[in-house]
Amino acid sequence: MNAALLVILFFLGLCMWLGLQARKGKNMSLEQWAVGGRGFGGVLIFFLIAGEMFTTYTFLGASGGAYRSGIPPALYAFNCFYFVIAYWLLPPIWKYAKKNNVISQSDFYDKKYNSPALGVLVAVISVISIIPYLIMQLKGLGIIVSETSYGTISPNMAIVVGVIAITIYVTASGMHGVAWTAIIKDIMILAVVVFMGIYFPLHYYGGLQPMFEAIDTAKQGFLIFPEQGLSISWFISATVMTALAFYMFPHMLAGVFSAKSPKSLRWNAGIMPIYQVIIIFSLFIGFSAILQVPNLQGPDADLALFKMAKMSFDPWFVGVIGASGAMAALIPSSLVLTATATILSKNIYKVWKPNTTDDQLARVSRMLVPVIALVTLYFTFNGGESIFTLYLMAYSFMAQLFPALFFSLWKKNPVTVQGAFAGMIVGILIVIYSTTSGTTIATLFPSLPQVIKDLDVGLAVLLINIAVTLGVSAATRKPAIKVEEENREVTELGKLVK
Amino acid sequence: MKKIIYVTSVIPALGSLFVINRVEPYVLGMPFVLFWAIMWVCLTSMFLLITNKLDPANKEEE
Repeated sequence: MNAALLVILFFLGLCMWLGLQARKGKNMSLEQWAVGGRGFGGVLIFFLIAGEMFTTYTFLGASGGAYRSGIPPALYAFNCFYFVIAYWLLPPIWKYAKKNNVISQSDFYDKKYNSPALGVLVAVISVISIIPYLIMQLKGLGIIVSETSYGTISPNMAIVVGVIAITIYVTASGMHGVAWTAIIKDIMILAVVVFMGIYFPLHYYGGLQPMFEAIDTAKQGFLIFPEQGLSISWFISATVMTALAFYMFPHMLAGVFSAKSPKSLRWNAGIMPIYQVIIIFSLFIGFSAILQVPNLQGPDADLALFKMAKMSFDPWFVGVIGASGAMAALIPSSLVLTATATILSKNIYKVWKPNTTDDQLARVSRMLVPVIALVTLYFTFNGGESIFTLYLMAYSFMAQLFPALFFSLWKKNPVTVQGAFAGMIVGILIVIYSTTSGTTIATLFPSLPQVIKDLDVGLAVLLINIAVTLGVSAATRKPAIKVEEENREVTELGKLVK
Repeated sequence: MKKIIYVTSVIPALGSLFVINRVEPYVLGMPFVLFWAIMWVCLTSMFLLITNKLDPANKEEE
């Protein structure tokens, strides 16, 4: 038992205590459990939604990306579109959800299009996208804890212990547990990352500018976008695509629904960018590692931050870094667990058994948490390559849900339920095909200018999706009464499918 | 008012897409391309807080 391990265990215990404490004085109805009774004010919402920017990515991906490929992945961490979209999109979503008692992302589609079958489709797409995301967070957790405990804890051991901890408090407190633990997690990450991001460049290079100058001399072209591949046009299209997909994730919308008013969401959109700036310190850590620990190959590049930390600090402080890293993995995972349990119970179980009351549904959701945790653990240890492929597709999958949601917020929704179905299914199929076969715009049309060849595939698929959605909608649009009938038929179909 | 806040909220999103792809001059110790990105994130915050201040929707919901 070393100092680092003690510190990590202490913070894990603290998280569990806080998570369980959060349910005090709350009657855990479905609405309370799933979306915190729609009662979170500005500060809690901030930690819940903005905190989603601080995941294992902050510790592994951001610094690792800067270490591996320099500026392109570094700049990709900053996305101004997130906030502008949040400002305009989230308040109307919240208002509709409040008025119609929507508690999950797939519920929103179900109610907007009056089609439980569409709810089922969205739920299935979301679960397929989100479980790999969960698995990647857990794998990150394993790496972080085994690194910072100096190998005394194996990655698998860390993952199992972590999952048990969050399963207990999520089952007990749901969204309340997530929100309270999110606060301590963010404070820890903030302190640790900002400190290291300032300390390493100063200590090893004598400042930021000397560090970047040294890198620029050692590695030509590392600090600008290249002409092709990860070029500026890749950056722009990937930025827009990610921003559109970001809020489609079920756990993000669950966070949105738990807000007390649309006002707090708008304020939040204005404050969040300041939070994103903090990722720059994580990038500084990655850049500082380039010349200090130069030989990290392949996936080991993601360890840049921890190699630097172990080289520079005492074990107890490495433990503090490990604890913040572990929370960066576990708290977002607990939010994902809550949201996944909600969509499975509300939009699949309830469609299958329509007579379930809300109280029963609350119980089903909570019972699903350990089940989802077990399934996730199974795939974490046995998933292999296919999980990683699914993870790569997750953002592109979620982006396919955007058109149907976006058009449904218009005063007169131009999209019919058939159009929504067709757009999503076509979009998903193309994403699967292009990812598994390695098809990009460049391989399809090698003669096009480089600017177009480097465009993100997800964005191109999204355009096809919108065209199909609107095309099928125009073809299936009928007078209002017929639409009702049509919807009933689709509902029946949904039951058959299930 | 509605028109003004559309403009104030869209400026930062569009501005951030004009990447200035160069290392020099260094600003605040950062390569220019990195500083430029960070500057736009900060401006996004500023512009959205202004938008929020001007947005009539916040008053209607009281």
